[in-house]
Amino acid sequence: MSPVLSGVLQLLALVAALALAHIPLGNHMARVYSSGTHWRVEKWIYKGIGADPDTEMRWPAYLRGVLAFSLAGVLFLYLLQRLQGVLPGSLGFASIDPDQAFNTAASFVANTNWQSYYGEQAMGHVVQTAGLAVQNFVSAAVGIAVAVALVRGFARSRTGELGNFWADLVRGVVRVLVPIAAVGAVVLVACGVIQNFSGIHEVGQFLGAPQQWNGGAVASQEVIKELGTNGGGYFNANSAHPFENPTPFTNLFEIFLILLIPVSLTRTFGVMTGSVRQGYAILGTMAAIWLSFVALMMWTEFAHHGPALQAAGGATEGKELRFGIGGSSLFAVTTTLTSTGAVDSFHSSYTGLGGGITMLGMMLGEIAPGGVGSGLYGMLVMAVVAVFVAGLMVGRTPEYLGKKIGTREIKFAACYILITPALVLVFTAAALALPTPGDSMTNSGAHGFSEILYAYTSASNNNGSAFAGLNADTQWFNTTLGLAMLLGRFLPMVFVLALAGSLARQQPVPATAGTLRTEKPLFAGLLAGAVLIITGLTYFPALSLGPLAEGLAA
Amino acid sequence: MNTSLTNAARLFTAGLRALLVLTVVTGIVYPLVVTGIAQGLFPGKANGSEIEADGKVVGSSLIGQSYNLPLKDGQETPEPDLKWFQGRPANGLGTNTVNTRYELILSGATNRSADNPELLRWVKDAKAAVVKDNSVPGHPVRPEDVPADAVTSSGSGLDPDISPEYAGLQVRRVAERNGLPVARIRTLVDEHTTPRTLGFIGEPRVNVLELNVALGELVARAAGH
Repeated sequence: MSPVLSGVLQLLALVAALALAHIPLGNHMARVYSSGTHWRVEKWIYKGIGADPDTEMRWPAYLRGVLAFSLAGVLFLYLLQRLQGVLPGSLGFASIDPDQAFNTAASFVANTNWQSYYGEQAMGHVVQTAGLAVQNFVSAAVGIAVAVALVRGFARSRTGELGNFWADLVRGVVRVLVPIAAVGAVVLVACGVIQNFSGIHEVGQFLGAPQQWNGGAVASQEVIKELGTNGGGYFNANSAHPFENPTPFTNLFEIFLILLIPVSLTRTFGVMTGSVRQGYAILGTMAAIWLSFVALMMWTEFAHHGPALQAAGGATEGKELRFGIGGSSLFAVTTTLTSTGAVDSFHSSYTGLGGGITMLGMMLGEIAPGGVGSGLYGMLVMAVVAVFVAGLMVGRTPEYLGKKIGTREIKFAACYILITPALVLVFTAAALALPTPGDSMTNSGAHGFSEILYAYTSASNNNGSAFAGLNADTQWFNTTLGLAMLLGRFLPMVFVLALAGSLARQQPVPATAGTLRTEKPLFAGLLAGAVLIITGLTYFPALSLGPLAEGLAA
Repeated sequence: MNTSLTNAARLFTAGLRALLVLTVVTGIVYPLVVTGIAQGLFPGKANGSEIEADGKVVGSSLIGQSYNLPLKDGQETPEPDLKWFQGRPANGLGTNTVNTRYELILSGATNRSADNPELLRWVKDAKAAVVKDNSVPGHPVRPEDVPADAVTSSGSGLDPDISPEYAGLQVRRVAERNGLPVARIRTLVDEHTTPRTLGFIGEPRVNVLELNVALGELVARAAGH
């Protein structure tokens, strides 16, 4: 079997597994977020929080809950890292410096998981397990909660009420994330992912002196890192490290985990709005973009253009042998079209065009299928824009799922779309205009520019992957990337929730013969076009200076 | 003003309490339960898949090692010990710079781009070395026979595997250096070649440590006779 065929078959296996899994999980999530009953453990948790889970919230209250919870998360994680040096169970690791601790706290709370530290030499058991891994769960649950609030905005009418943030948060953790993570973690251990608290210990070698190795609760963290589209590795090499991703099967399983919730949420959306076909139109658009990106990536990586890769005879630099070029390409596209940022191979050593594909995936706003929750609400905002464009074409008031898209709605959608490009382009320009940030580059020329463009793209879109040649542990990068992550996460949420509140207040308009049929393939095509033109073109000048220049020269 | 401050404080307290409660659930109970199950069901794997030779731990089957001669005086980079099968280059591996009371290996990639001159030089040097090291009298290795994995660093720098092609290319050299028949070494490589999972997932591969452990046993048996 050729490596190309193996790559294609892995792709098909993944699609089949997701096709089977997304219906029961999507239905389950629809029930979870519509349920009127509370589990006993949830009641204990609500008592601990001191919140009434049955109080309905309007959008400002929902947003205040999101922000208060996330602010507490940033402060707690910052303090945990600053105090690491005196906490027990930290392997004697020192406290993290203020700028790096801020960057890491912002990063994990914002579901980004950009890492300017080296996992195995910086973070002990307590910070990894009770700090970073906790945010992997709760930042994912926050993302899903905001998406569900937007779905309720479409599903409900003549009310401003979007649900209860605390109930959505807790249910996401207790009924969705923890059960899947517990099963997935055991699967990973069965394949060789480590799970222990042995700390740093010596292991003998075949030749020469023993080596010092870190142990840790890796499997329990690895599984939620993928499932929650977080991406922060226990080890510096992330999912390329054999203790995080030991076999070709775990590689495919981890890609499956990344896609599982974002894909299933389209089903949840369909069920909650009363039309599963609307969910399929969204899923179809996501799948078309994802599949074409995978095809492009495999084409360019198997072709291995670029002087060093030509000399080597294959694009294997930065890739693990066991995953191959097919498995690595699949992972790279999936991690950048979601907000994950975990890597099983290092994007900086991809072909010039391959690196560009990873960047473009993030620049589209990570909506195919996107991060947990953020992918769905990002795509729904694009759908609002797409029906608006279609409405302009025929001179009719646009509507989506029976809700009118008026001035107010389109303003919120426009603001949502403008935030990330503004962050990416302004910060990249500032970094290049200043004298010192450029010193962090490992490569020069177009690829050096790409390292910085990639960093701000990754941070602002809450991805977390990197062209890791960039030395990002400087005060400039720690601070600006930290700000980009927080603004790129929470400002869009403001507009999503405002949009949800506005939609929920409306009286639905009945569908007529003139209504745009948003469950049809024609609309899916229009939506894909809107995504590519509106967000893709924004970045075209920047891309042409970096990956396009590098890729076309090769 | 006063009430809005009180409200903000109350809200923040609720957020903090939620975080602490969920930290207990996902940061303490969950990892401990998973650790308990893992250690109960798969202790060997949960602790790093260590393998032994002659009753001693010689490493993890998942983690690549280097098979080098001891450093000589004045040498900065050690030479490969050509008696043993060699793994992939690991130019991205580092050592720890903080917490230097430990000597940890830092996993990582080179992050050099496809048009990086340094990477091009590493690849060319590695290819020349593979050709030189593995050419035996009567059987020269041609540069175009060297597979890509033999001259490029992996993502982690800890890749435990090499391609069957790279293992096959080393067979004659290993046989010669150990005074064993070529056919016997070739069989050994075949026995340690893992095909694609279920026939299509990943790439066929040879685990270098397991292969070298088996080679060591073969050499010891041959010496015993």
